[in-house]
Amino acid sequence: MTPQLPAPGMGPGAVRERPALLTATGVGKSFGSTPALRGGDMVVAAGELVAVMGPSGSGKSTLLHCLAGILAPDSGEIDYAGRRIDRMDDDVRSELRRTEFGFVFQFGQLVPELTAAENVALPLMLTGTKRRPALAAAATWLDRFGLEDLGGRRPGELSGGQAQRVAVARAMVTEPRIIFADEPTGALDTAAGTAVLDAFSAAVREAGVAVVLVTHEARVAAYADRTVIVRDGRIVTPRSVQTAGTR
Amino acid sequence: MSVRLGLLGLLREAPSHGYDLKVRYDDLLDPDRPVQPAQVYSTLTRLERDGLVEQLDVADGQAAKRIYQATADGVDELDRWLATPVEPEPHLHTVLYVKVVLRLLTGLSVDELLDAQREAHLVRMRELTILRQTQDTAMSLLADYALFHLESDLRWLDLTAARVDDLAAHLTRRTR
Repeated sequence: MTPQLPAPGMGPGAVRERPALLTATGVGKSFGSTPALRGGDMVVAAGELVAVMGPSGSGKSTLLHCLAGILAPDSGEIDYAGRRIDRMDDDVRSELRRTEFGFVFQFGQLVPELTAAENVALPLMLTGTKRRPALAAAATWLDRFGLEDLGGRRPGELSGGQAQRVAVARAMVTEPRIIFADEPTGALDTAAGTAVLDAFSAAVREAGVAVVLVTHEARVAAYADRTVIVRDGRIVTPRSVQTAGTR
Repeated sequence: MSVRLGLLGLLREAPSHGYDLKVRYDDLLDPDRPVQPAQVYSTLTRLERDGLVEQLDVADGQAAKRIYQATADGVDELDRWLATPVEPEPHLHTVLYVKVVLRLLTGLSVDELLDAQREAHLVRMRELTILRQTQDTAMSLLADYALFHLESDLRWLDLTAARVDDLAAHLTRRTR
């Protein structure tokens, strides 16, 4: 007999209230005379996975870059654990990105000359960890993502899914408090993308790492605890809904 | 798709008589499955019995036509239905399409419905994603099947949101 899916509403309950880790208030950003972000508020709690969805050109990647301290907003405030990112000097922001933030992009952006293990170890070595312990930590994360036999390969010798799992391992190795992921599976086929997301979401939930996940795919957003929408540069938080049958 | 709510929606837009309602229902809401005239009249009778529509006083010369209009209770019931996202299940396009058309015809915001429906879909997709990560392969594959179909619905919603103005213009031409 074909098994039946549980009815809607039978899944897990709402996420528990957790303290805010990252808070954006009224963030605006323009490129020349073109506004990319026009304000709106957003909160990411510690250990929470938040998906950011929106049409192409809506401003969702600009929002991610502002939240992560890669871009300085023109207006508004961004608070990370009690510190104003929007007011930090560049070097302080860079230090924060290296030590407390992790990043995963659509194309893994691995260093092609380094092996997978060296790529994962790199963020640790950039913050002063010696090569041997950095590589040991990298091996642990490669093992975690099922890549234990591939540490010696260079990115060009890996499949797209394997390379992206290396990129996720690299984001996790510094034990960040929050990871910013921009279309992390956008370049992968369905099966490879699903494997990456299964491994990624399990790892961040186990480690209690918060994630801001930019995606245009609903199946990817469904890994998150909740979703915010960016439309025409404005952040929209959907209200909770009650549904009814079709009659 | 409920004929009752479809007719109520058309009467919410403008008072009308039975045959005109049948033509507009077939044209605007369900072109693939024309509604039978007898079903239109029996539905109108039940709507009137329930206080959701009423007959207008007809002027001399129009005595042969019974003109119906939505009552305040009818408008309330319809607006509640139009504001409520549909239980996320695959293959909802018919009822979603009808809600979009009726909201446009009656001047209600379509974005509001689409946002609510999108959120309802994402809530269900989160449940299914957790299910597929925690259950056996058979259940996981079933959840994947549902996830892909719900994702298709969402793509349609996004496309609809992008083309609401075109649809409104089309409906205006058809109802003129």
